[in-house]
Amino acid sequence: MSYMDSKMSQHGLIGSESDSQRTLYPYVTGTSVVALKYKDGILMAADMGGSYGSTLRYKTVERMKPIGKHSLLGASGEISDFQEILRYLDELILYDNMWDDGNSFGPKEVHNYLTRVMYNRRNKFNPLWNSLVLGGVKNGQKYLGMVSMIGVNFEDNHVATGFGNHLARPILRDEWHENLSFEDGVKLLEKCMRVLLYRDRSAVNKLQIAKITEEGVTISPPYSLKTFWGFSAFHNPTVGAEGSW
Amino acid sequence: MFRNQYDTDVTTWSPAGRLFQVEYAMEAVKQGSAAIGLRSKTHVVLGCVNKANSELSSHQKKIFKVDDHIGVAIAGLTADGRVLSRYMRNECINYSFTYESPLPVGRLVVQLADKAQVCTQRSWKRPYGVGLLVAGLDESGAHLYYNCPSGNYFEYQAFAIGSRSQAAKTYLERRFDNFMDSSREDLIKDALMAIRETLQGETLKSSICTVAVVGVGESFHILDQGTVQQMIDAFDIAGEQEAPAPEPDADAEQGAAAEPGAGADQVGAVDEGVAPMDI
Repeated sequence: MSYMDSKMSQHGLIGSESDSQRTLYPYVTGTSVVALKYKDGILMAADMGGSYGSTLRYKTVERMKPIGKHSLLGASGEISDFQEILRYLDELILYDNMWDDGNSFGPKEVHNYLTRVMYNRRNKFNPLWNSLVLGGVKNGQKYLGMVSMIGVNFEDNHVATGFGNHLARPILRDEWHENLSFEDGVKLLEKCMRVLLYRDRSAVNKLQIAKITEEGVTISPPYSLKTFWGFSAFHNPTVGAEGSW
Repeated sequence: MFRNQYDTDVTTWSPAGRLFQVEYAMEAVKQGSAAIGLRSKTHVVLGCVNKANSELSSHQKKIFKVDDHIGVAIAGLTADGRVLSRYMRNECINYSFTYESPLPVGRLVVQLADKAQVCTQRSWKRPYGVGLLVAGLDESGAHLYYNCPSGNYFEYQAFAIGSRSQAAKTYLERRFDNFMDSSREDLIKDALMAIRETLQGETLKSSICTVAVVGVGESFHILDQGTVQQMIDAFDIAGEQEAPAPEPDADAEQGAAAEPGAGADQVGAVDEGVAPMDI
């Protein structure tokens, strides 16, 4: 934080002496998360990359975690803020369990709690630099929602963060339908992730797909998508412009 | 209970292990006018006897809506009850705001009980002199709880508190086995009968009682006087078959459900005529 303070004073961006702590930019970031509702619950996909600026620095970052009994949280943006959010949620679920009264927080409650946290931090000009995807199933009800770093939140049948909004959601709008089977859901997610892999500079080819149903959460082991680069235009790319590279 | 040297402070134990101030607070509940509650699997009904200071004044408000899914009836120091209702409303609204979900009744009741307990362990405080019948709905169904000034809480199928509540309790004890499967209308009828028990002979009119209902698909609300009077008139005429007609919310299902209830109620009606059990 002190490194940032000195940077801030250099740029003359400090508002008043009192606010010495405010997030200006993220450091280690995760890229898109894509999620959709399917027949039995929610499917969510995220790659395992943690970028340090333009360097693809960390390649085994788990960006999806189960929360309590009924929810799954995926995050893009600052990884350390995601870890902080996981600690908040850990405490929340702990206190919920301590009541020991048969009630438990479902995905709707967790989503709204996160919205409150994100919005309150944004109001203090010290945001948690994340876009969160919260999905889950409780009592047969499927729930899928998103919260951004400024506290914008909504629910939908399919959501995506970051580049996913621009590249994945159009695919989902066209091809998503109610009661997708598990296989179809995974295929659809992989289609979106492949496009992101080709077009998003901060994507890495190592992803996980997570599933949450009434029974619980399963996060797949990491795997890679097959890509194809054998386009004829890539052979002899300089054939039309001798001397270029 | 008689005055003794251990009853000045709530923080003084008696040699027998009692806190007399807490027990005196529970006495205050017994002095208040009656409040009763009963529940089925899907509905909870609260009722209370309206007490007015004089013929000129209006009666005290003893039933409070805490949230769409929770309501409370009080007996004892109504001022304390009002304050606790405000606390309950606050807790519900804060929970709703953060989680967009209704606060589970069970948790509200524990929070209330913990609040009451604090007053039994501070020398500069006194226990709340009010008993609360908390009626609410949550994921696991309909619930009725009783919160004591002592900080204890219990869940009940049916209960009555306040003056002459024993008569109502006796009535309820005889009938409570059927409550779980009762229809909404039967439950309200039983509530009115129980209130009548506490009146010891005085005619039951909608002006001297208040009835409130909460149920699955039905927000907590206090029934208006007209509806209550119609229901009173309906069961006072011992024929159960006429009951569906005058009620504004009659439906075919109620007619069918009234049949098994009719048998039991008619037996009860005959009992009423003989002599209510007083013990």
